[in-house]
Amino acid sequence: MADTTLPVIEGALLKVAHDKGFATARDRLEVMSPQCGFGELGTCCRICYMGPCRIDPFGNGPKTGVCGLTPDAMVARNLLRDTVGGTASHVGHARHVLLTLRDALNGKAPYQVKGVSKVMALAKTFGVPTEGREVNDICRDLVNIALEDFGRQDELPNNWVSKRAPAAEQALWSDLGLMYSNPHNEIETAMHATSMGNDADPVSLMLRVLKMSLIDGWTGLTLCVDLQDILFGVPEIAVTEAAVGVLEENSVNLAAHGHNPVLSEKILEWAEKLEGEALAAGAERINVVGVCCTGNELSMRHGVKLAAHNSQTELILATGAVDAMVVDIQCIWPQLAQVAKCFDTAFITTDAMVRIPDARHIPFEPHHADESARQIVQAAIDAFRRRRGKPVDIPQHKSTAVAGLSVEAIIDLLSKLDAEDPLKPVIDNVANGNIFGFVGVVGCSSIKFRDNAMTEEMVKHLLRQNVLVLTTGCTAHICAQDGLMTSEATYRYCGDGLKAVLVVLGKAAGLDGPLPPVWHMGACVDNSRIVDLMVALAERLGVKVGQLPAVGSAPELVQEKAVSIGGSFLALGVSCHIAPAPRILGGPMVTKLLTEDLQELTGAVVRVELEPKGAADWMVAHIAGKRAALGI
Amino acid sequence: MSRTIFTVVENCVACKSCEIACAVEHSQSKTLAGAILETPPPQRRINVEGVGAYSYPSRCQHCSDASCITACPTGAMQRDCGTDAVFSDSNKCIGCWMCVVVCPFGGVTADQSSKKALKCDRCPERTARGEAPACVAACPTGTLLYLTPEEFAAQRRQATARAAVCGEQPAQTNGMDILRSLKGAN
Repeated sequence: MADTTLPVIEGALLKVAHDKGFATARDRLEVMSPQCGFGELGTCCRICYMGPCRIDPFGNGPKTGVCGLTPDAMVARNLLRDTVGGTASHVGHARHVLLTLRDALNGKAPYQVKGVSKVMALAKTFGVPTEGREVNDICRDLVNIALEDFGRQDELPNNWVSKRAPAAEQALWSDLGLMYSNPHNEIETAMHATSMGNDADPVSLMLRVLKMSLIDGWTGLTLCVDLQDILFGVPEIAVTEAAVGVLEENSVNLAAHGHNPVLSEKILEWAEKLEGEALAAGAERINVVGVCCTGNELSMRHGVKLAAHNSQTELILATGAVDAMVVDIQCIWPQLAQVAKCFDTAFITTDAMVRIPDARHIPFEPHHADESARQIVQAAIDAFRRRRGKPVDIPQHKSTAVAGLSVEAIIDLLSKLDAEDPLKPVIDNVANGNIFGFVGVVGCSSIKFRDNAMTEEMVKHLLRQNVLVLTTGCTAHICAQDGLMTSEATYRYCGDGLKAVLVVLGKAAGLDGPLPPVWHMGACVDNSRIVDLMVALAERLGVKVGQLPAVGSAPELVQEKAVSIGGSFLALGVSCHIAPAPRILGGPMVTKLLTEDLQELTGAVVRVELEPKGAADWMVAHIAGKRAALGI
Repeated sequence: MSRTIFTVVENCVACKSCEIACAVEHSQSKTLAGAILETPPPQRRINVEGVGAYSYPSRCQHCSDASCITACPTGAMQRDCGTDAVFSDSNKCIGCWMCVVVCPFGGVTADQSSKKALKCDRCPERTARGEAPACVAACPTGTLLYLTPEEFAAQRRQATARAAVCGEQPAQTNGMDILRSLKGAN
């Protein structure tokens, strides 16, 4: 990578870590490099014990596995297992939220329904009667519809996909054999089909990849987010701050890391309740900060400040200022426990599935949520007591950021311009080119792409060309830290057309300046919000989602979840940019399928670009093609 | 002339099979399962270095005029009169690292636990049995070859002649070319 534009915040954090003698992920990557080409190409198979088998990409050595498996089938099988990993993560998260909601409604878990508007909207979608009924009763019906999805053994389509997804796309998915019933059965089938001696047809395997991705999109993401909104409320536009500078030397700094708001919402609640104890311990207050996606959840609903994205998690611990880091599920580096040990930081795991040596484990399950959350906040206060007066090293970088742009919040805002037809102002500005198109920038932050500030630079190239950026997950943190969620960013980076639109929207929102050009739509699970917005626009225009001037991008892919999310975009016909290359290049037919032939099936293609400008240029060109096809 | 180890750099995919096989060959048990349990752990004498999108298995070249032999003050560094391989006699090595300093390839490692020079010995036990050195045998892509210089040069001549007579070979779609073009040359 020729460019070296390491973001200032990362530079400052790395200095803190290195000054204190910590090796970081960058150092560990250097030791690991160069990384194995067979792994990168996807042509390493460890599924059975005649292996491990590797295909020689130069044709001198093995051309198939010991069982005769071809390179294309090998990469497709491996990709399907990646997708299962991603989908299982989201579906597991969704089921956990569903069971929490069920137990809350039965009085067995201390949570209340806060998103009444969401309950009513979903009741309409699912045909649940509302007239004269209590909100909780309506909710029980919705819970039963969701529970049915996890228990059915028939071939009927899953409720959430058949009621929530657009009809035209469902017809296509039916034709391709991609519609599903019970997500658990499909996860089982995919693991079965990829074990030794089953599916060896690369095309069949790639259709399974798309099907698994659909499950991720509609059960893993959409169902989960719908129910989270019911439990915790629909996000509204809120102003927050981002980057390590949100840590406060004289406060109890409690970092919530992971993905599941069932934990972090309770932490926030108990931090308020135990404020007095913190004051008694000599702290100014309890400063709950958000890390990774549970941080995004808290930020979207409560304006909680964002301290770090995933690849900064070990670095903020090295400031010595984090009193406790409490984690739930997904993207928790085992290394965190080792750094925490050096500072007497309470590093607390809570989920039975996430056990890390040297971490303190405080089991958290919804039935006893209050008691566990109280213990966790107490542990943070105790750690502050031990830290008080010791030197800390907090780089003073932070940026303002507007968050909370749920689809509902966006529609509310647009209603101020056109109450009858809220999407009309957007449609008009897309038609006249002020908004050239949309890019959903999603996924992870990768140390492999921080040296060239991949996400920030790519986004700025897009904004200059009047492309509106919708973002979630760790790329949302990156954009927030870089000041891209501010009014100033609109003035500084946007082309004239996009700038003009955002000025009008900012005024309607009652902000001091224009609306920011990068819209924070939530955690990585909230990618369904981006899809919901696209579906609404497509329905308003009377076109399919894949016809919109819109592209997805995962510019710093790390997690398997980003693979399955990308697949769910592809199934919708939305093309995706991705970096680094997915592990398929050792299979020429699969590579061609994803980069070219998929166009014939769903209308989408995959493009790999490792440099920010190349990525932005391809997306703008792709959007231009979509615009031309629409005749605008 | 004796066989030695040649490297076809464009074939290396950095799988590091050579590193593992080298360490196992220089272990007590000579098996992977046994080697990982040994104390001190066996040390490899080949290192896969990364250069941009390419990688290179780096080791002793067993030079005909070996500066490490000249520089060694104790006679520890010497040439095997049977195989022509350059090796270090650990009984004579005093850990002065002159060999490390003079080697133009970085082919000698200063082992911190034994305080002795470590380097490729071209697997004398394997070659005595008529087998290729461990790294060559483990290489799955034909990056490492065990040939005499004449054999290697003859292979290259034949390939060049084929290209000249039959024209350019069609571009491969083996994935590594795509991966390397994505990553760039450096």
